[in-house]
Amino acid sequence: MKPSERTLPVLLVLLIAALGFAAMPFTDWLTLSAAGLAMGMMLFLMVAGLTLIFGLMDVLNFAHGAFITFGAFAAGTVFARFPQLVASDRWEENLLILALAALAAALLSGALGFGFERVAIGRVYGAHLRQILLTTGALIVAEQLAIVIWGPDAIPVLKPAGLRGSFLIAGAAIEKYRVVAALFGLFVFLLLQGILAHTRIGIIVRAGVENREMVEALGYRIRPLFAGVFVAGAALAGVGGAMWATYAATVTASLGSDLTVLIFIVVIIGGLGSVGGSFLGALLVGLVTNYVGFLAPKLALLSNILLMAAILLWRPRGLLAAGGR
Amino acid sequence: MTEQPLLVLKGVHTHIGRYHILQGVDLEVYAQRVSVLLGRNGAGKTTTLRTILGLWHASAGEISFDQHRLNTLDPPAIARLGIAYVPENMGIFSGLSVRENLLLGTGPKGFRNSRLEEVLASFPLLREKWNLPAGTLSGGQKQILAIARAMMLPRRLFVVDEPTKGLAPAMVDVLLDAFLRLKEGGATILLVEQNFAMAATLGDDAAVMEDGRIVHVSSMAALAQDEALQTRLLGLSLASHQ
Ligand SMILES: Nc1ncnc2c1ncn2[C@@H]1O[C@H](COP(=O)(O)OP(=O)(O)OP(=O)(O)O)[C@@H](O)[C@H]1O
Ligand SMILES: [Mg+2]
Repeated sequence: MKPSERTLPVLLVLLIAALGFAAMPFTDWLTLSAAGLAMGMMLFLMVAGLTLIFGLMDVLNFAHGAFITFGAFAAGTVFARFPQLVASDRWEENLLILALAALAAALLSGALGFGFERVAIGRVYGAHLRQILLTTGALIVAEQLAIVIWGPDAIPVLKPAGLRGSFLIAGAAIEKYRVVAALFGLFVFLLLQGILAHTRIGIIVRAGVENREMVEALGYRIRPLFAGVFVAGAALAGVGGAMWATYAATVTASLGSDLTVLIFIVVIIGGLGSVGGSFLGALLVGLVTNYVGFLAPKLALLSNILLMAAILLWRPRGLLAAGGR
Repeated sequence: MTEQPLLVLKGVHTHIGRYHILQGVDLEVYAQRVSVLLGRNGAGKTTTLRTILGLWHASAGEISFDQHRLNTLDPPAIARLGIAYVPENMGIFSGLSVRENLLLGTGPKGFRNSRLEEVLASFPLLREKWNLPAGTLSGGQKQILAIARAMMLPRRLFVVDEPTKGLAPAMVDVLLDAFLRLKEGGATILLVEQNFAMAATLGDDAAVMEDGRIVHVSSMAALAQDEALQTRLLGLSLASHQ
């Protein structure tokens, strides 16, 4: 990809932010931008794996939302298990419990991803219709399973005490948790980019997204690599779900299916197979959702679909379509 | 020739979807020689190479390489036996830098300095473009990169599909030089080449395909001298190309 192809999508994110700035009072803009960044980064965690598994193996996984749900419940369970750490007024203990919750989410969703790839996904390579049927079915089964385990009602997910409340910056209230979520998402993005850019495995993954066959003809097996990416992607989606539920302070079994349309919008906007594209797509969706929700609440639901349509008119393969087969 | 061929195809059939493309291909490639596979468009040359690499599955017949039966192996396993493939479309990863493309041609330990220096000395333009995305290279530069990538490890067999397709004459000369050097170094090459002059300069052995079968086998020299045969098999002759 030429550097110039990357510049315009970055400018687009800035343009959207500037439009928001022009359309509303400064303090609202600051608050909403922070909310948009946090939402975008959480979405990015959820979709990073989804876009790579499509890029590597052409696998459409509509069950990806299940990893989000289970990650969220894992976090809720950890918080419920250690209420004294959650309520503690020492920030180290707050961060510790947050890290534990994220770890539990990653482990549970990663393990589920491992099993799902082995048992189900491996059987439907190259058959998109069967992938859609199988993974859509799996999402329904996963949702029912979550209801069996955690019950049909929303369960509360209590934020650690030190992460409640807001910073007051330039007269705008910015929730502390959003800052933490945005920074964490950014950290994961930079980590992923570093791995993809500088490690041998990362280079093979990028090459595989462009031309799987040639990578195999060079002597590398894509299948185990794909399985690894699938598990890592599931684990990240779990962490994303945990952070989302912590922000919302509640989780239900339908969380994953509720978010499925949104995460596919992000992946499509970003360009299938592109981690950088997903990152920008997630930022756009986060910002647009928050701005439009403030300016024209009735359009909030529609705005992301319009955003996707506009971007596809501009770049039919998404912001940063990876490779070309 | 008394020695054993390195690569042997015996009665190889390949189906692509419901099409029966290769219909019993018999081919022998000898070590340290350049075997040229010729034939009109659509004769099945690319399909033959892809079947050797395991990228298409042979539905019948045997492909043996040294002691190994290739038709039971998958592409990574075949590549690891020391077979390098330079496909018709070059297989360059355009989003990866020149360096990263070359790196994928190395073993798990990455670049070996002596080898890298050798290859970069042969193709100095790669050093200039070292950190640029390979997508920014011209067609001929990509072809050079693809061949350089194949040379990053010692290989027992190079399988190369139409390297000069669509290239400017100056680029063809660069490639011809590269292949001649490779040949002098004792490499074994199976080459599909439509440029008959290039084929005639490089080739030791010739095989001609038609409709999914090998219909002629001889030395390249014999084929290059027999214009009537060229016209009959290929619809062209060396003379008509000059
Ligand atoms: N993926 C495919 N699906 C269907 N038919 C195919 C496919 N690939 C090749 N064929 C058919 O197989 C036959 C042989 O094709 P192949 O590419 O092997 O020929 P070729 O000798 O390499 O030709 P060229 O000189 O044009 O490269 C052709 O008739 C072609 O149309
Ligand atoms: Mg061909």
